[in-house]
Amino acid sequence: MPAEIYLNVAISGLLTGLVYGLMALGLSVIFGVVRVVNFAHGEMMTIAMYLAVVLFAQFRLDPLLMMLPLAALMFAAGYVMQMALINPFIARPEHSQFMLLLAVAVILVNGLLIIFGPDARSVQTSYAFDSFALGPVIVDATKLYAGLAAILVASALFAFFKFAPIGKAIRACADNYTGALVVGLNVKRLYALSFGLGAACVGAAGAVIVLIVDVTPPLGPAYTLLAFVIVITGGLGSMPGALFGGILIGVTEAMAGLFFTPSAKSMFAFAILVLVLLFRPQGIMGKKPS
Amino acid sequence: MMALLLHDVPRHALVLLGLVLAGLIAMPWFANDYLLTVLIVILYFAYTGIAWNVLMGFAGQLSLGHALYVGLGAYTTAALYVHFGIGPWVGMPVAILISVASGMVIGFLAFRFGVAGVYFAILTIAFCEFARIGFDHFGWVSGSSGLFLPVANYTRNDVLNLRGQPVMFYYVILALTAVAFVLCHMLLRSRVGYFWQAIREDEVAARSLGINTFRYKMIAIAISSGMTAPAGVFYAFYYNNLFPEQTFFILRSIEIILGPIIGGVGTLFGPVIGAFLITGLAEVLQEFLSAYGLDIPGVKRVFYGVCLLVVIMVLPHGIWPPLARLLRLDKRQKPEA
Repeated sequence: MPAEIYLNVAISGLLTGLVYGLMALGLSVIFGVVRVVNFAHGEMMTIAMYLAVVLFAQFRLDPLLMMLPLAALMFAAGYVMQMALINPFIARPEHSQFMLLLAVAVILVNGLLIIFGPDARSVQTSYAFDSFALGPVIVDATKLYAGLAAILVASALFAFFKFAPIGKAIRACADNYTGALVVGLNVKRLYALSFGLGAACVGAAGAVIVLIVDVTPPLGPAYTLLAFVIVITGGLGSMPGALFGGILIGVTEAMAGLFFTPSAKSMFAFAILVLVLLFRPQGIMGKKPS
Repeated sequence: MMALLLHDVPRHALVLLGLVLAGLIAMPWFANDYLLTVLIVILYFAYTGIAWNVLMGFAGQLSLGHALYVGLGAYTTAALYVHFGIGPWVGMPVAILISVASGMVIGFLAFRFGVAGVYFAILTIAFCEFARIGFDHFGWVSGSSGLFLPVANYTRNDVLNLRGQPVMFYYVILALTAVAFVLCHMLLRSRVGYFWQAIREDEVAARSLGINTFRYKMIAIAISSGMTAPAGVFYAFYYNNLFPEQTFFILRSIEIILGPIIGGVGTLFGPVIGAFLITGLAEVLQEFLSAYGLDIPGVKRVFYGVCLLVVIMVLPHGIWPPLARLLRLDKRQKPEA
């Protein structure tokens, strides 16, 4: 095998990993603030993917253009879900919350199965087979666009949490629930906003990932697991950690697909998860629990 | 032994339990083949639910990967039977051993490093997924093309090799469930059982009282995984085929925990009642859907999800606690913690 192929595969894994990272970022935001593990994360992502596929098939709307509208739509859905379903569960034990979202996940994945059937759907854009050559390295156009879009959305989210007053209020909520209540923040609304933002991340990630991945209903649980693996590897609650974890897992899976068989690639992602849980349970970029 | 078994059990509870057991034993004389198969599925989920409940309900450690132990039990005995002609009852101890070993490895990794709660749940999923992909590429058990047990039309029931008609399987799973139920009843009243409940309620407090929480959590996962393995043996010999994509599928793990959660986590009767309700309802729905031509894949599972959602929202402690009050079986008057 020529040496360039490793570089090619690594870059393709890196770009896919950025989209994974964006998806995981959503999970990290939700957990970091609401302290609820969104077990329906991947299922929400497949909803966005199906919406992108339908919009493309019916109206020829490019998934890259639909990224922001879908993010907005998922934001609204996430906001409503937190307000209606999850807020009453905030004080419940962990496994109770877990079961709630598991039930939502089961309903979503099988609802999609009823509506769209088990066959894979995909988007065939005009640039699906384009590629750019940078010296010896060849980069797929779709992966490059998807990766860049993921960076764009992630940066916007970082900026929001850093500079916007509401972003700061959300971080205050995450740091100290009681303190946030004392200074008069509307915590329930901020929780709903955070869940909405997490959902918007999967909305955007779902819209761009249809460029590189075919969507089927069982992809939902698989992505939920992948998001968990990434977020725990990077550090649950750490936003840069989620992006870094996404890239790490993306590159690992791509390399494993090259060296072994593609069907065994997620074994390596789980192996990384086990190693991280053993030697650095708080994740690569996570803070040590006090 | 008998004293521990019967101590402080209300008499009308014993009578009720005896009636239920007698009814279940007499069932094959009244039930048709269809009802019998449904009952087998119900008892299977009651058994796996009881086994899962030891880890989550008693010791408070949420496992979402119990399909791993079912799968290991199933694959071990099936492979021994297919390759070496070793019967399931001889294979079962081996299966239990392998299951317990893997459970303890997971437990050691998790509990030693303080992995708990959601992290522990995800770790158990990760190991189950790891096994699923691993078995897909494991040639000795035929990988993803599936492992098949020889099937013939048996006129005679061969209990030794678990080859026979549904009635035999019904009694096997009924016996397993009854044994597991009694075992859990004794565990709950033992020293270990009280330690588990202390850990479940507040692990830091339990440790400060001098309980070696690591050791008792290890015991919990060992017993739970060991109890789950025979369900796998049953699964393999009842269904006669094993596919990694089926056996280790994450939905298998979720199906196992539905019964106890709907029935009542941490209660003795919860897993049994939950299994009856969820499987019974699913069957009724199936009949209803096929009668009206709505038999689309996914409808049944949406119903599962809605059931779970409603129960978790309306009855956070499951169906058993209010039912127990109704039957006056809750001797403890203190409010639910």
